Amino acid sequence: MADDKKRMYLAIESGESAQPFRWSAGTYGSKFLTEIRDNKKFWGIKCPECGRVYVPIRSVCGPCYREMTELVPVSDEGTLITFSVVSFGFVDPSTGLQRPVPYGYAVIQLDGADSYLIHFIDETDPEKMKAGMRVRAVFEEDGKRTGSMMDIKHFELIRE
Amino acid sequence: MAAKRVGIVGVGMTLQSSARRDVYGIELINEAVRAALDDARMTRKDIDAIVIGNMDHFEGINYVDTWSVDGSGALGKPIMKMTTGGTTGSTVAMGAYYHVASGMFDRVLAIGWEKNSESDTTGAIITAFDPFWDRPTFGGAVAGLALEATQYMAETGATEEDAAYVAVRDRKNALNNPYAHLRMELNIEAIMGTPYLAWPVKLGDMCPRTDGACAVVFASEDIAGDFPNAPAWVHGVADRHLWAYTSDPYVNQHVKGGTWFPAMERATAELYGKVGITDPLEQFDVAELYLPYSFAGLRYMESLGFCERAGAPALVRSGATDMGGKCPVNPSGGVLSSNAIGATGLLRVAEAALQVQGRAGDRQVPGASLALATGFGGCYWSDELVIGIEKPERNRG
Repeated sequence: MADDKKRMYLAIESGESAQPFRWSAGTYGSKFLTEIRDNKKFWGIKCPECGRVYVPIRSVCGPCYREMTELVPVSDEGTLITFSVVSFGFVDPSTGLQRPVPYGYAVIQLDGADSYLIHFIDETDPEKMKAGMRVRAVFEEDGKRTGSMMDIKHFELIRE
Repeated sequence: MAAKRVGIVGVGMTLQSSARRDVYGIELINEAVRAALDDARMTRKDIDAIVIGNMDHFEGINYVDTWSVDGSGALGKPIMKMTTGGTTGSTVAMGAYYHVASGMFDRVLAIGWEKNSESDTTGAIITAFDPFWDRPTFGGAVAGLALEATQYMAETGATEEDAAYVAVRDRKNALNNPYAHLRMELNIEAIMGTPYLAWPVKLGDMCPRTDGACAVVFASEDIAGDFPNAPAWVHGVADRHLWAYTSDPYVNQHVKGGTWFPAMERATAELYGKVGITDPLEQFDVAELYLPYSFAGLRYMESLGFCERAGAPALVRSGATDMGGKCPVNPSGGVLSSNAIGATGLLRVAEAALQVQGRAGDRQVPGASLALATGFGGCYWSDELVIGIEKPERNRG
């Protein structure tokens, strides 16, 4: 009966057509991504009022509502703030491909930054991760970096 | 000019289910609107303005306010669309409330709806976030919430079993709600036995994806007495939308004086101050909270002031939030039982209204007169409303 009902109600598919977008990274976003692509270096941006350093980079400090222009170097090493291990399968809407699972997923504070960023982490056993652990960025090989956050392959736990 | 006091005089909701293949989106909206109008003994002609909301890219229809005018009843009337992520339904409620409180409209219809069956929900949620900094690694609501759950357990000693208690409670409550999507009696072992989606969040900890709609009629104090149902009065509202990127909300917890969930805590401070709430557990008779997964039923209770930091596992395990407890949470079964995203926040408000009106059927909390309703979404955004059967002395905002 349930199958009969399913057959009774029609649906149409949107089809294979894609509607690509082209987003501008802006002045500071471009600088941030270019530095990662060309020099494997992280930069943050500093608020002239509160002194907070933001990564991901942005041009307005929300709390102070001040324009930021001062770029400051930030380390490619940092601290694990919190994490998960993603194991359910889903299609990444940016690529149309299954996101490879399981993968470690983490909130990371780079040394020298006051804000945090999210990225992959090279560990899929939650028992082996703990907030406060040290992490380091692992970059894509030279020639393969294109100017996106995926130029960082993942972060790795620094195992002493 | 003082703002008008505003009452809820009609509520309509559809059956919430995994796929409402029997209705087109416009028809789903119409089902909820007809139910709300019937409930208030009104016709389409009586409505002065409409506020509608959903997450348009979940259905891929970008012109919902115009596209749905036949079903919503907005043909030839002022209409506004509001889209704020998970908070959409509660934002719609607040938008309708602002319309009426302004004195410019007497009868405003709020509509929230979603057909999550029409797209991939995780993919759609990912595309609600920043294409540079979030999307490449974000895993949708499940993965984002898991980060919070990990942190909560690490800092408080709470366990996955503590969270499972919340999932058991809400799903059991849903047995009393004929409109709910998941209606199942499970125990903690059953929740613990479900597979991890994103450690430490398991399938049993997570809300479903649902098709459904809800509609609510808001009326001015000048005419709110003209309806068959006693008005459920809006005693106050507050909302905070903080943070741009998915990693931002964690920052505040590690700076001096940092808290769990600053958007919720700031909205709560404003709302409780306006309404006069000093002890929510004692003063609210019932709460309909946007808890999208089980761990939210721990951590958010702390941000809403129901207990001290790290006190939520003991609070929920005491039974205080169960049916028959001091302040039952989610008699409807909540978001863990039905999550048609654009409808979800409005359903919390609708359920709160039904409770204080004494019209909640098998899920009624006996004698409920004051209720808290919340919406959650986006990067830890928070909408909150207090609904009561007593007419407030004035509009407190």
